Amino acid sequence: MNLPALLPAVIVAGTLALLMGGALGWAALRLRPNEDRLVLEIDALLPQTQCGQCLYPGCTPYARAIARHEADIDRCPPGGDATIKALAQLLGREPRPLDPEYGENKAPSIAFIDEQRCIGCALCLPACPVDAITGASRFMHTVIAAQCTGCELCLPPCPVDCIEIRPRRNDALPTARSQAA
Amino acid sequence: MSRHGDFAASLRLEANKQLPMGQPLQAAMAPPHVTIALDQGSGSSACPVVARGDRVYAGSTLGRSEREDCAAVHSPVAGVVVEIDTRAVPAGTGLCITVENDGSNRPDPALAPIPDYSALSPRDLLERFRNAGIAGLGGAAFPTATKLGSARQQTTAHLILNGAECEPWICCDDALMREKAADILYGARAMMHVAGANRCTVAIEDDKPEALQAIQAALKSAPEGFELATLPSLYPSGAERQLITALTGQEVPSSGLPTDLGIVCQNVGTAAAIARFLQTGEPLVRRVVTVTGSGIAQPANLEAYIGSPITSLIERCGGYRGRPRRLIEGGSMMGRALESDTVPITKATNCIFAATDADLVARDQAAACIRCGDCAQACPAGLLPQELHRAARVDDGPKLDSLGIEDCILCGCCDYVCPSRIPLTEQFRAARLAVRRHRADQLRAAEAKQRFERHESRLQAQAEAERRAFEEARRRARANPN
Amino acid sequence: MRFDTSPAPHVVSGRSVGSVMRQVLLALLPVAVAHLAVFGPGLLLQLAIACPAALASEALALRLRGQVPGPALRDGSVLVTAALFALCLPPALPWWLTAFGAAFGVLVGKHLYGGLGNNPFNPAMVGYAMLLVSFPVEMTHWPLPLMTDGQQWSALAALTTQTVVGGMGDILPAWDGYTGATSLDALRTGLRQRFTMSEVFSQPAFGVLGGTGLEWLNAAALLGGVFLLATRTIRWHIPCSMLLSVAGLAMLSHAFDPGGYAGVTFHLFSGATMLGAFFIATDPVSAATSDRGRLVYGAGIGALTWAIRAWGGYPDGVAFAVLLMNLTAPLIDRYTVPRIYGHPTD
Repeated sequence: MNLPALLPAVIVAGTLALLMGGALGWAALRLRPNEDRLVLEIDALLPQTQCGQCLYPGCTPYARAIARHEADIDRCPPGGDATIKALAQLLGREPRPLDPEYGENKAPSIAFIDEQRCIGCALCLPACPVDAITGASRFMHTVIAAQCTGCELCLPPCPVDCIEIRPRRNDALPTARSQAA
Repeated sequence: MSRHGDFAASLRLEANKQLPMGQPLQAAMAPPHVTIALDQGSGSSACPVVARGDRVYAGSTLGRSEREDCAAVHSPVAGVVVEIDTRAVPAGTGLCITVENDGSNRPDPALAPIPDYSALSPRDLLERFRNAGIAGLGGAAFPTATKLGSARQQTTAHLILNGAECEPWICCDDALMREKAADILYGARAMMHVAGANRCTVAIEDDKPEALQAIQAALKSAPEGFELATLPSLYPSGAERQLITALTGQEVPSSGLPTDLGIVCQNVGTAAAIARFLQTGEPLVRRVVTVTGSGIAQPANLEAYIGSPITSLIERCGGYRGRPRRLIEGGSMMGRALESDTVPITKATNCIFAATDADLVARDQAAACIRCGDCAQACPAGLLPQELHRAARVDDGPKLDSLGIEDCILCGCCDYVCPSRIPLTEQFRAARLAVRRHRADQLRAAEAKQRFERHESRLQAQAEAERRAFEEARRRARANPN
Repeated sequence: MRFDTSPAPHVVSGRSVGSVMRQVLLALLPVAVAHLAVFGPGLLLQLAIACPAALASEALALRLRGQVPGPALRDGSVLVTAALFALCLPPALPWWLTAFGAAFGVLVGKHLYGGLGNNPFNPAMVGYAMLLVSFPVEMTHWPLPLMTDGQQWSALAALTTQTVVGGMGDILPAWDGYTGATSLDALRTGLRQRFTMSEVFSQPAFGVLGGTGLEWLNAAALLGGVFLLATRTIRWHIPCSMLLSVAGLAMLSHAFDPGGYAGVTFHLFSGATMLGAFFIATDPVSAATSDRGRLVYGAGIGALTWAIRAWGGYPDGVAFAVLLMNLTAPLIDRYTVPRIYGHPTD
């Protein structure tokens, strides 16, 4: 081992390593990607159910928490494994199964009000985050199926338990053409 | 066939049409009961207008819908409605009305012929067609009134009668053209009146010389504006878009329809159905069905009643020969394999193909794609099936979209030529469904997000208004303590 | 009655991967025969080593990936790789190099990327290039073609067998008189030593059309290639564009500087031009996808082959040209997507 000959090489390599490492660290701190844009991109992958099962008040707050590394990507039951996989791909993180603490994978569903039992108390109306229940005090309430996201937030307020969750039927699917030829 | 752009349109396939064409068109017997499906495959589903126990006549309306894109359905026989329930149909399951035939064959007294269609306004005539259940008999059963109606709205000058019948084994249109050429042209004239067209081209493949002759002879007494075009016998020359390009050199825009080019395409069978309706008042309750295959004793073309169980058609043709391996509704390239022969035929059924091993080619285990590019060469839509396959394997929706998955006509040409025997068409069918479902989900999510944001801003505005009202009240109370 | 169901279409054509590979092997027969006639029985030894090595590697890789090796081995795709690989090797290459190269090509060139259908590079060329770069002496040790003066078939056969089995080391002196430069080699060295073109061409290594012996190989490959085109096993785009590209550049350069560059027929009938055009470049997995893309791809291979021969460091450029164009195939694909029916002509 010829130490004197090695020394210059070690010094040069070491200095280069320090310089490059320092530059990378500075870039990581000072050149952050635009957070707002990232939040929008994450939000676009979430199902917009606005159910709060992730313990955030809506999908956008959850998206912001993911962007800030405050929450993990495995908390969205309505999105399920497909959403987790998409988020993992977008963010370069490891995909993992849905965290059972926050819910379980379920088929798309909608709420249905049994009109025989509904007493028109209007307590469910403000509970719906997307205003999908139509009606008024002492008038019949009904869920607009096309707008319902299946978040189940209307179930707790109902005093007579007249709302049930049903699997969502597949509506006619939009095609790229205006009409099937 | 004219070649357009980079794609070669077609495959030369063995026709296998000689057996049923050996005899003339035969009438089928009305079966003991008929089952009419309310969902006709395309357009909206019809709703029943009869109930169990109702007595109906031959040609009575069984179901209709207020929606524009739904043709009515009728009973082919006189009898009693015995059941309205969900049962097996060729496309899966659906709500059906079953009528038991009382054998009287009494026609519905409300039916009346229309001796002079030109006396009616086109809009009126279209409504009559819709109520008579006239739908496209090329296999899609799309309501003819809807198609001709939108053609009318867009100044459609050119009517193309599709007599190509390019798929192997199917020859119902051939039989119809040979024997009912005059009716076809009569129906075409009515279509032209309704759509506002002044030109009609009848397109027939060159492997049907008798049909060509028959139409040629019938054209002698046809008015001006009619012409006959011969196509080379290639598959899929009868696909609507490819047919239009072969005849006119123009391409139908991907997100558009033939009416964007001033063209409307109709099957010759549809024209004949219109002619029958105008001449006798009979709604669409019968259609020509080819019963063929090495698994049928006496293959033939039958004029069968819609709603007949397939078993009745098989019996009419001498029953099965041996034990066929597969029962296919349609031809060998795009036909649907059925699990059972007890399902009823619908307006979309153009062929019943009882295939033995000799008629089929067994597909060995699919190998990996070797990127030979034969599929791209065979694709009539100019797609790259090997790239679609790659994208479909990983469920890459946006990539599938940009590669043109919506332009795939599911003709099966790529499958046919693939040396690795990959089931491409099936994969594309599933992929297209997945892409559409994803698109629908995204639309729903976008709408939900919008509604949520409005909901939140409304609540905020309410809270704000309450707070201001409270402050206002406090201020007034302070200023005026009494 | 109940029936079993299956998705449409219910008929398919008779082609299979196996039938395509069999056609290719059939088309290689003329080349193999010519090779035996020109260079002695060495090819048989190389095939006897390369084929089992390739098959064993494929079986190993498939088993490691949890697949049943049977169907994949039977379809003949590995045999085609092994055969092309063996045809490119010097017939007296020691057996361990052949085996190593074949295994490397199959394992690293094909299975590392996912197996059949997923390799971006031509596996035979990967194996060959690795050997050429790592063992330049052995890989450039070609026997003189038998039609050159005074070569004895039996003597050559004995020498070849001994070298294949035992290696180059001790036996090297015995090769004196039986080994020599190939025509491309002779051309490059001759031009570098400032001989005139006609002086270079009068050497025994040069035949009528191209290199002695090698012109027969190329002619045989052309015959095989025409057979493949006639049976529609391959399409014309890649061979034609590659050959036109080589010919075009050769013609232009020769016209520009007849003393510095060889002419069209020489380039077309020397080295592995024809074999490359019809058999190697046409490997569908690593080539471009669309027809237009294939024209660009083939032209690129031709141009690079000529450039490496004229200016590069190796006598023959086909292998490296193919590998370099393999790299660009995805880029070519991105820019040559054919227009879909009904989409605007943009």
